[in-house]
Amino acid sequence: MMQSIKQQPFRAAVLLLVWGWLLFLVLAPNLLVLGASVMTRNPGTFISLPLNLDAYRQLFNPLYLEVFLHSLYMATMTTLACLLIGYPFAWALSRVEKRRQMLLIFLLIVPFWTNSLVRTYALKLILATNGLLNSALMSLGVIDEPLQLLYTEGAVIVGLVYLLLPFMILPLYSVFEDLRQDVLLASHDLGAGRFATFKNVIVPLTLPGVLAGVMLVLLPAMGLFFVPDILGGSRNLLVGNVIKNQFLDARNWPFGAAASIVLTVTMALLMFAHRLSKRRLGEEGA
Amino acid sequence: MRWLPRSYLTLVYLLLYVPIIVLVVFSFNDSRTGYNWGGLSLRWYESLFNNHAMVQAMWNSLWLALTAATVSTMIGALTALALHRYRFRGKKVLNGMLFVVMMSPEIVLAISLLGLFLLLGLQLGYVSLLLAHVTFCLPFVVITVMARLAGFDERLPEAARDLGASDFTMTRTVLIPVIMPALMAGWLLGFTLSMDDVVVSSFVSGPSYEILPLRIYSMVRVGLKPEVNALGTLLLVFSLVMLMLSQWILSRSKQ
Repeated sequence: MMQSIKQQPFRAAVLLLVWGWLLFLVLAPNLLVLGASVMTRNPGTFISLPLNLDAYRQLFNPLYLEVFLHSLYMATMTTLACLLIGYPFAWALSRVEKRRQMLLIFLLIVPFWTNSLVRTYALKLILATNGLLNSALMSLGVIDEPLQLLYTEGAVIVGLVYLLLPFMILPLYSVFEDLRQDVLLASHDLGAGRFATFKNVIVPLTLPGVLAGVMLVLLPAMGLFFVPDILGGSRNLLVGNVIKNQFLDARNWPFGAAASIVLTVTMALLMFAHRLSKRRLGEEGA
Repeated sequence: MRWLPRSYLTLVYLLLYVPIIVLVVFSFNDSRTGYNWGGLSLRWYESLFNNHAMVQAMWNSLWLALTAATVSTMIGALTALALHRYRFRGKKVLNGMLFVVMMSPEIVLAISLLGLFLLLGLQLGYVSLLLAHVTFCLPFVVITVMARLAGFDERLPEAARDLGASDFTMTRTVLIPVIMPALMAGWLLGFTLSMDDVVVSSFVSGPSYEILPLRIYSMVRVGLKPEVNALGTLLLVFSLVMLMLSQWILSRSKQ
């Protein structure tokens, strides 16, 4: 070991820096959250012994359980909407001629580079009671009275879909790009109809993309607390809002940490499913 | 049937861009209520720049993004080089940690960092923001640089070593120039991520260092503020320039 440090001081310095940063700012904080979730709430030092599972039990308190389930429901709706919009979109995008494709992808990632708060606020301009959508519908005579669009569950879902759609489309686009036309032709030649080809060939081959997209959408859809803050009012909270309130306002670390562990475990399960689907594809392809 | 996918693509793009266009148009709207058109005006831009706290937050954000992008590019580049060139124990763990940072919900990263800083007794402000921003930018820089290194001729560094260059000299004279475009692209991405972040920043910032996204956040939570339209438009133009610059650098380097 000492020998290698003397021989390659640069290598040793690089590895030390990289490891140091990740251990200190990634591993240690995550272990801390894990630890905090099984400790007891303490007003002075935030957390203290003894160890217990009270925080996890508190998650099943009907009051919070309702918020969690509602958040999960909104996140699921968001993910489904992104999938329904994104799947045909990615398919169509992968069939556009190459030159134009680059421009279209560029247009897709512009929103990713622009401030998400500002874009959420822009939706507010459209959805407000006397906003653009209501004015447009009224002047067209579709409705007589402005609809209550803002501060509803629907507004939160629209906001989340608007922010997260590109994260569903990009992984889907990349699997559609890899989908070889000859495979589809082969399926057709073997006598499969359009629907059978879709069900037996296209869906299994694009499944890793679907799961990657779901992973990239579902979890942020439970965490982006500023979306309900701006569009949803106080009745449409996300898990993210609960974590934020518990950590920053109520100073209840164990509970906030336990909620965050639940999110992390969900993420781990989704990642596992993603790997599994990729591995299965690899085996079948080989 | 060719018109069907085309019109579908157009429709979705339209939906994605309508709110942005509305925002830009309304930023030039003279009306105070924010819904009706009251004629062309630059008054919201003017009131933006006359707002001292706002300008201060803007400078703070720019400085934070500048430093966070620079530090994360340096560490990210070294990480990518280490992952690419060195064999060492725990390489998979290192890769895994970067992957976890990229995939885990921002809010999880946010509370874990807040916990760390509070337990260490670190004053929340510029330093805590910097550490947090560098951490969430890092994986993006690493994958940008790794992608560049993947298509690289391995004989070049070997030749440099054979000619007697030390590891450090070889990295400086051979590898750095090769990954330069990726470094620039990674830097621009880091800068933008830092400028836009709300979730992590709202946990790890303190009253001593107010940054732009948090100021916007407190403005838009209640009602409509026409200044936000103007500010949003400026940020939009800014990110657009950054993105085009990064695409230009990457596409030029491919030739």
